[in-house]
Amino acid sequence: MSISLPAFVAIPLATAFLLPMFGKRGKDAATVVANIATIILLVLAISCIGESGVYEIGKWPIPLGINLVLDGLSSLLLLAIGVVSAAVMLFSAGYMEQYTAKPKYLSLFLLMVAGMNGVVLSGDIFNLFVFLEIASIASYALVGFGCGHEEFEAAFKYMVLGSIASIFVLFGIGLVYGNTGTLNMAYISKAIQSSGMNAGLGFALALFIVGFSLKAALVPFHAWLPDAHPSAPAPISAMLSGVLIKTLGVYALARVVFNIFGVSVPVGWLLIVLGILSMVIGVFLAVGQWDLKRLLAYHSISQMGYVVLGLGIGALILARGGELKWAALAILGGLFHMVNHAVFKSLLFLTSGSIEMATGTRQLKQLGGLAERMPFTRATCTLASAAISGVPPFNGFWSKLILVMATVQAGFYGLGAVTVLVSLITLISFLKVQRYVFLGELPENLRQVKENGGSMLIGMVFLACLCVLMGLLVLVPGLRDSILEPAVRVLMDGHKYSDIVAGM
Amino acid sequence: MQGMTIIVKTISSWVKVLIVLFGIYIILFGHLTPGGGFAGGVILASSYVLLMLAFGGEFVKKDLPLSLVSKLDCLGAFMFIMIAILGLVFGGTFFFNFLVEKYGQPLHLLSAGTIPFSNIAIGLKVGASLFLVIYSLSICCKAEELDSH
Amino acid sequence: MLYALCFLLFMIGLYCAVVKKNMVKIVVGILIMEYAVNLFLIMLGYRHSGVAPIIDKSYLESQAALNNFVSSSVDPLPQALVLTAIVISLGSLALMISICIRTYEKYGTFDITEIRRLRG
Repeated sequence: MSISLPAFVAIPLATAFLLPMFGKRGKDAATVVANIATIILLVLAISCIGESGVYEIGKWPIPLGINLVLDGLSSLLLLAIGVVSAAVMLFSAGYMEQYTAKPKYLSLFLLMVAGMNGVVLSGDIFNLFVFLEIASIASYALVGFGCGHEEFEAAFKYMVLGSIASIFVLFGIGLVYGNTGTLNMAYISKAIQSSGMNAGLGFALALFIVGFSLKAALVPFHAWLPDAHPSAPAPISAMLSGVLIKTLGVYALARVVFNIFGVSVPVGWLLIVLGILSMVIGVFLAVGQWDLKRLLAYHSISQMGYVVLGLGIGALILARGGELKWAALAILGGLFHMVNHAVFKSLLFLTSGSIEMATGTRQLKQLGGLAERMPFTRATCTLASAAISGVPPFNGFWSKLILVMATVQAGFYGLGAVTVLVSLITLISFLKVQRYVFLGELPENLRQVKENGGSMLIGMVFLACLCVLMGLLVLVPGLRDSILEPAVRVLMDGHKYSDIVAGM
Repeated sequence: MQGMTIIVKTISSWVKVLIVLFGIYIILFGHLTPGGGFAGGVILASSYVLLMLAFGGEFVKKDLPLSLVSKLDCLGAFMFIMIAILGLVFGGTFFFNFLVEKYGQPLHLLSAGTIPFSNIAIGLKVGASLFLVIYSLSICCKAEELDSH
Repeated sequence: MLYALCFLLFMIGLYCAVVKKNMVKIVVGILIMEYAVNLFLIMLGYRHSGVAPIIDKSYLESQAALNNFVSSSVDPLPQALVLTAIVISLGSLALMISICIRTYEKYGTFDITEIRRLRG
């Protein structure tokens, strides 16, 4: 291993503990230090594409100690976390000037990034729970950061549901330990392979699915998301919707279902049902919203449905023993859509934050005609809206195309039709956003707004360029084989994860 | 919040020293007997909470300025992560216990390498954090809201 | 049999967190759930007529005494898990209570059916 894996967790933790000592007068120095930390993390994440390895903490051998595992899926998610957190940190350097406690915000933000990196890299299931809690508690505090009426209500709802999810996960971990006697994910996988599932392990799998679906905000566990995402400050909404629900929810679900417990037909159907419900209910509730950020939050639920649908179809085909290439295509579509959604949804939330900072309101009926006053925001928002609706040649189109192809080839013609219909309704709701925010009449009180400049612009433009270029990840075979192919291979191989980790 | 009677004030200022001593004992012997960093930190915090109950919140704010407690908090956490990184520098792996071969034998106070230092850092951090949490919870409730319940 | 009682305590906590209308009662419900899960984790490590897993000088004298100690002591790993879980729940609880108190200052009530500004 050319780089050491604990750097992904140690660098943000050390910076987060150092920052509150700066106090009010060192606010600008604190911002610079935090930005340097996220950019170092992005560089490290890019340098470990295509590598894999196991790192034992404290030189304790594997069943006795905790280990960190880097494989294809982990490196893909580390790259997504690095990109989104670097861009959002650049944006928040300018946006958070309107709040008073900026060093505390930066410290909590870096704690959340450290927690997410730890979840993705962990090779031990209790260590995954500890890092999940670190990231969750940091995000509960960040949602209520501007201390107004709505922020506290949203933070309380989010906190109660998130804590219940974590307790379910801990109960599941206890059941798994009682049945297998070890906490290392590779050793648990081997034990389940040799002894098979019994009632205790089945109940543990159910608890894990419920707990991680609550964190990923799939229907019917989505009740916290439409309140929490609008009330948070805009960079935090971008981080929550962009990476937090993916690493804490979808990554953990995929790791537990594919690598530890192994796929089976009921679990595959359960994932497909969760995915379809989230897609349809999310988008129908989104079309009627008049608050910009609440509309974007409902769309997050719907797009998470796409990802889980892809994973579910892959799991079902693997469990039935069907054609392997269609399972690989479905899983590729799901994972690629996850990474795409991280980029364009965080860009959408950042543009909504820019609009709110300039005009002071989020209600669609009070905005209008901002196209000539804020040209850069208009350009990036239109680009991101086209990407999420699946307009070619942006990145959303390629991932949705792969998903529709996989559903049709697997024989689920009805699901393919529903996917295309949901995509159409997404297009309708974003056309509504464009018409009400950017076109039309400029109201009287908004004649003085001007474009937000500086670091906020750099963050938004960086993500917008990625939106345009990420279609190449699938079209160019070299990039696809080094970034996306290892991730798909990890999930397809399932139980071979234990051979790779225990053999090293 | 007001303080209590003079008997309580005198006794609690004597007992506070004993509680701090007990907390330090639990932290330092954490690798030999039950306890360790977290339990010792809670006991250290509770000594100042006893003072706050007996004398009132304003006295404690003058006695122990909040900015100092906040800096102690960050210092404790930073010391902990520095011990982990020093394990990387000296031993080659993160969190490696680089003092355990050279000093001390088992079952004595000097055994177990870097674990007592981690305990001290955690005790400092937990004590400072819990004191800040309980203090900030106590200043939030205003007296007239308490009376209406 | 004891595991069933532990599960019953978990269900009581879940009922309390879901049905009650007072914010503080919901927080207490979550607390009961966490206690139930910690209790379940500790019960996993029990062995019949076991000793506490703390090494003493008398166990280090011979290999036979050490083997006897290892086979008869209670499993120490769930105890470490529970310590970590208690610390995490302390941090989470402190944040929940402070959010409750600040919400009370803004809205003037602890009743969640009246705190409904965000809807739709």
